[in-house]
Amino acid sequence: MHSEFAIEARGLSKQFGELRAVSSLDLDVPRGEIYGFLGPNGSGKSTTIRMLCGLLTPTEGSATVLDTDVPENSKDLKPKIGYMTQRFSLFGDMTVFENLQFIAEIYSYPFADRSTRIGELLDRYDLVAQRNQLAGTMSGGERQRLALACAVLHHPELLLLDEPTSAVDPQSRRDFWENLFRLAGGGTTILVSTHYMDEAERCHRLAILDHGVKVADGTPQELQNRTGMHVLEVIADDPYAAQGAIHELEAVASVTQLGVRLRVLIPDSHEHPRELVEHALAARNLKATTRLTAATLEDVFVAVTMKPRKT
Amino acid sequence: MKPLYRIMAIVKKEVRQLRRDRLTFGMVVGLPVIQMLLFGYAINTDVRNLRTAISDQAGTHLARQFVAELRQTQVVDIIEFVETAEELEQLLRGGKISIGVVIPPDFDRRVSDQSRSAVQLLVDGTDPTILGVANQLKTMPIGFDSAGHAAASQQLLEVRPFYNPERRTPVNIIPGLMGVILTMTMILFTAVAIVRERERGNLELLINTPLSSTELMVGKVIPYIVIGMLQLALILAVGRLLFDVPVRGSIADLYLAASAFVAANLSLGLLISTAAKTQFQAMQMMVFVLLPSILLSGFMFPFDGMPTLAKYIGEVLPNTHFIRLTRGIMLRDATLPELLPDLFYLIGFTLVAMIVAAMRFSKRLD
Ligand SMILES: Nc1ncnc2c1ncn2[C@@H]1O[C@H](COP(=O)(O)OP(=O)(O)OP(=O)(O)O)[C@@H](O)[C@H]1O
Ligand SMILES: [Mg+2]
Repeated sequence: MHSEFAIEARGLSKQFGELRAVSSLDLDVPRGEIYGFLGPNGSGKSTTIRMLCGLLTPTEGSATVLDTDVPENSKDLKPKIGYMTQRFSLFGDMTVFENLQFIAEIYSYPFADRSTRIGELLDRYDLVAQRNQLAGTMSGGERQRLALACAVLHHPELLLLDEPTSAVDPQSRRDFWENLFRLAGGGTTILVSTHYMDEAERCHRLAILDHGVKVADGTPQELQNRTGMHVLEVIADDPYAAQGAIHELEAVASVTQLGVRLRVLIPDSHEHPRELVEHALAARNLKATTRLTAATLEDVFVAVTMKPRKT
Repeated sequence: MKPLYRIMAIVKKEVRQLRRDRLTFGMVVGLPVIQMLLFGYAINTDVRNLRTAISDQAGTHLARQFVAELRQTQVVDIIEFVETAEELEQLLRGGKISIGVVIPPDFDRRVSDQSRSAVQLLVDGTDPTILGVANQLKTMPIGFDSAGHAAASQQLLEVRPFYNPERRTPVNIIPGLMGVILTMTMILFTAVAIVRERERGNLELLINTPLSSTELMVGKVIPYIVIGMLQLALILAVGRLLFDVPVRGSIADLYLAASAFVAANLSLGLLISTAAKTQFQAMQMMVFVLLPSILLSGFMFPFDGMPTLAKYIGEVLPNTHFIRLTRGIMLRDATLPELLPDLFYLIGFTLVAMIVAAMRFSKRLD
């Protein structure tokens, strides 16, 4: 049976003692897409990825990955997936070349093509100069390229990348994503966790996790179109005072200051969000201009991960 | 074939990492040599050169002859002559000497008088070994009594066989020491082997590859078997060169016994590795095995003299059986077929420890 989805999970949950790290997660990851996991620290991204590759046994629920049931048959899955751990997990006391060679041997990569493949990867991931450098002495960006090279060496159908770009500068991140798009173009399904908005925006599809619960999923466009919020941009002379004033309004879901601008989220149910805010500011003699604008992914994230307001 | 290649990949990786790990690499060679020297020279129950002072109150020709004989035994190192017995006591109390010899003024007469001892030995009784030696010395003057002066000299010289070269401690110690050194290094290396990879995060990568638990275990053990054999050769060479320790039986038998013993310890190390969460915990567990391996294996104290419970514990330890094997092969010229039970025990121990280790090590994180 060949499913159109690379990953299908139903009710996937993981309990660590008292803590419910992942809670009834349903997931459908189409083949050949880049699927993002967006979530703050401790939201269960790593735990989910580990359950999907059979490293952790789910407390409840089931998952089918590349038509293989995990964790029951995760042994059959291993040769078909590439996994890049959140923490650098290659051997620091071996050179770049030795690490690649070891991975090739472990995956029984055809002997005749081994050195060609390693040369190709060194080229592609810009590691030629570091070929004989000990992996432990490399910079964050270099390590990350090596980790990706090792994860894709055996041409996996599915790549699981756990926060691959933490500790990497913006330029390297852009290059890294170029590589991901190339891999996806070649038919590889990629599941990538991140807490960067700009990265989430690049994904074909994403799920937002919060406290182990999937609070939203869809394409970035879909998510932005159905936040359920009006987004109001306020430019005030005294942004700090303005924020205080707006915050006091019960209807306002959240106010975030970005330099001199404030982004105000107000639920759809209010018909005149702009008037509401302008009125509140005028009442305090605060000068400001306001305008309604389209939601960004950041707004979506704030809206869905928001704690219920207590006042 | 694939499993074999994967095992080889692990072996290659381990060797590479070991080569770059100066400390561990140094321990492979340094630990056995240093321990050999420490144990070989320090644990010396054949006592020589005990610091001795003499109060010769007789001053006769016979007394001087007695002193000369005493000196020749090499058991005592006469460092001082004093006047009175009180001075000897002072020296003893100050720890300056271990034995004080009082030769009374009527020494010549006492020698021929059977009812009285001719010489008085003042001994530092805090060290049981010294007391034992002194007791041996004490019997010497009695030789004078029964057989006259000439015979007395002979009797004195006759003490020497007690300290003859065949009774030198290193000869008895080294077969056991071999076991202790191998226990220490082999368990140490493998006990941290898996824990270290867990700590460094390598394990999360490894268990997500097609590599199986057994392949990983076997691959990690193979390089250390080779190292164990090298250490054995080193110990034998040092034993031969410095302490003149013979191998009376067959070298092949010895190596066969040692392979079984090394394998047993490596499996035990792996077992520890699957139980420990940190390298520090692994070290602690290693010491937990090492101490009884030194104290209860028959290495330090004769096995037969131990309390029953200690004997039971001793029987479980691989080192106890290895010491029986090595003492048999090296010193008594025994052959392996005569020592089969001990060999079988080591092989059985290896299998059980390996199986339990592979079972305990799951390819999961929870
Ligand atoms: N082995 C474990 N035992 C107990 N609790 C755990 C374990 N692993 C994770 N947790 C807890 O589960 C929760 C989710 O952790 P997880 O690592 O999945 O988060 P994450 O989304 O990957 O966070 P980050 O962005 O910081 O990597 C956290 O609160 C964490 O403390
Ligand atoms: Mg994580």
